[in-house]
Amino acid sequence: MNDENNASELTEDEKKLFEDLMPEEMDEILDTGVNRRHFLKLMTLAGGGVLVAQSVVAEQLLIRPLSPLATEFSSATLENGVTVSFKVNGTTRKLMVDSRMTLLDTLRERLELTGSKKGCDHGQCGACTVIVNGQRVLSCLTLAASCEGKRVQTVEGLAQGDTLHPMQAAFLKHDGFQCGFCTPGQLCSAVALMDEAKNGHASYVTETVRKQAGPVQLSNEEIRERMSGNLCRCGAYPNIVAAIQEVHSGKPVEQTFRFSA
Amino acid sequence: MRPFTYTRAKDPSSAINQLAGNPNAKFLAGGTNLLDLMKEDIERPDELVDITELGLSDIKVIAAGPRKGGISIGGLGKNTDAANHALIRQNYPLLTQSILAGASGQIRNMATNGGNLLQRTRCPYFYEVSMPCNKREPGSGCGALEGINRMHAIFGWTEKCVAVYPSDMAIALAALDAVVKVRNASGQERIIPFADFHRLPGDKPEQDTNLAHGELITALELPKNNFADRSYYLKVRDRASYAFALVSVAAALEISNTTIVQARIAMGGVAHKPWRALKAEKMLIGKEATAANFKLAADAEMAEAKPLEHNRFKVELGNRSIVLALEMAMNGGKA
Repeated sequence: MNDENNASELTEDEKKLFEDLMPEEMDEILDTGVNRRHFLKLMTLAGGGVLVAQSVVAEQLLIRPLSPLATEFSSATLENGVTVSFKVNGTTRKLMVDSRMTLLDTLRERLELTGSKKGCDHGQCGACTVIVNGQRVLSCLTLAASCEGKRVQTVEGLAQGDTLHPMQAAFLKHDGFQCGFCTPGQLCSAVALMDEAKNGHASYVTETVRKQAGPVQLSNEEIRERMSGNLCRCGAYPNIVAAIQEVHSGKPVEQTFRFSA
Repeated sequence: MRPFTYTRAKDPSSAINQLAGNPNAKFLAGGTNLLDLMKEDIERPDELVDITELGLSDIKVIAAGPRKGGISIGGLGKNTDAANHALIRQNYPLLTQSILAGASGQIRNMATNGGNLLQRTRCPYFYEVSMPCNKREPGSGCGALEGINRMHAIFGWTEKCVAVYPSDMAIALAALDAVVKVRNASGQERIIPFADFHRLPGDKPEQDTNLAHGELITALELPKNNFADRSYYLKVRDRASYAFALVSVAAALEISNTTIVQARIAMGGVAHKPWRALKAEKMLIGKEATAANFKLAADAEMAEAKPLEHNRFKVELGNRSIVLALEMAMNGGKA
């Protein structure tokens, strides 16, 4: 790993700061440098005022860039390393991963794409939904090693620069979220769903599956059924359905939320 | 997750040979169940052989042989593609409905047709490694037998295991008299009739199927039938969608005038394998397709049910579900 240089760049004062505040993390910090988790912990402590005494040292540390994420592993450091190359949001990424690494962890921990969320990590919530080769899948149940040559699209790849994807704009307009944790998965799922409808896919609530005549117009009931793999603990479902219906039908949908009087 | 080696197989025979050389190796296809079980430390392979690039995903009409005019579905095709294929939607709408009743859009895009059959039970005692479970740890006992067994079996269980089999797709395949085509390390193919593919628990609940280690499911074959006009997959569950069945019924009827010529009924959520309701089917042959006869058939089947402490409701639910599924089938299988 290439982080030892960064670790050795810590000054004696900074080392003492970490030693005082997070002694249990010290070995790791010396070994691999300051990572995002350490940084967040430091921020939490700062928020709580614990840092006041060491404020000058801490301030210097907080304005320094974090260690670059370790994207380089070799077969010497990984027991079962697999080299894999795939496109993420249009850019080819080649890296060596532990065979156990899921696509979700690879996106989040190795490629700095933290939009895809780890909700349950067991394929039950849909928060990790990404689009692989045009199809929505669960990145928590996909091994990164199995993605060789594939095209991965994440929530970060939906917007064109500062122009939101129509689905993102519709989610904003219809308030299709509260805490937002499920939103990246909802968006990826909904975007891929639009293609499934264009391709005439059926669902369990489709009245007659034997009819197959091109693109299908989805009722709200159809949207609910087809989005059932994406849970929202805040219960923003009516607004999510409204947002998806607006993009799908191309016509404005009345906002379903109401402000209390 | 425990460490394992990962390789991408280039052709079916090398994949099969690789598995044959290691009893702790497993094929990796969609991975939707296997990876979850590995994270839970229930499945512990030390080698995964990725078979997703082997092809074996064609859906085509069978040109010759005992199932001529039927359809062959590649074992490594995706569930979504099978459900939406024009040949299947038109000729086997029961199969389409059953696939679409299972899991979510994302999971159906990942899961393969062969892998779907190999799903393991969702019994919470199987999933919780601190509890006894003869399926996970042979000889450790069954936590569900005297535990919370609302979701469990009412047919075919033993004191060793009361778990139920989770797939929806397999229930329709059972009703449609599918066969499973598998290939072994010596390159031989064998045909397993669907009724013999999955097992009842007996004394060996750890063994879900009669598939041998290293055998690869290459295709599922469906014989031609006359059920397309009158079939329906009914799934009853705790949520409207994305939940496993309490009870499900795959029903298919062939009618001549008003008389039932052929009847197929298979149930999910009630046993360790897809449960063919043979008694009910037999009752219906030659009878008029009326609600009263459907009820008599359901009564005959459910009379044999042996519920556990918390799943007594499944007997009445199963009875009504058989009747409703047959009525929906008579109505053209409309949702």
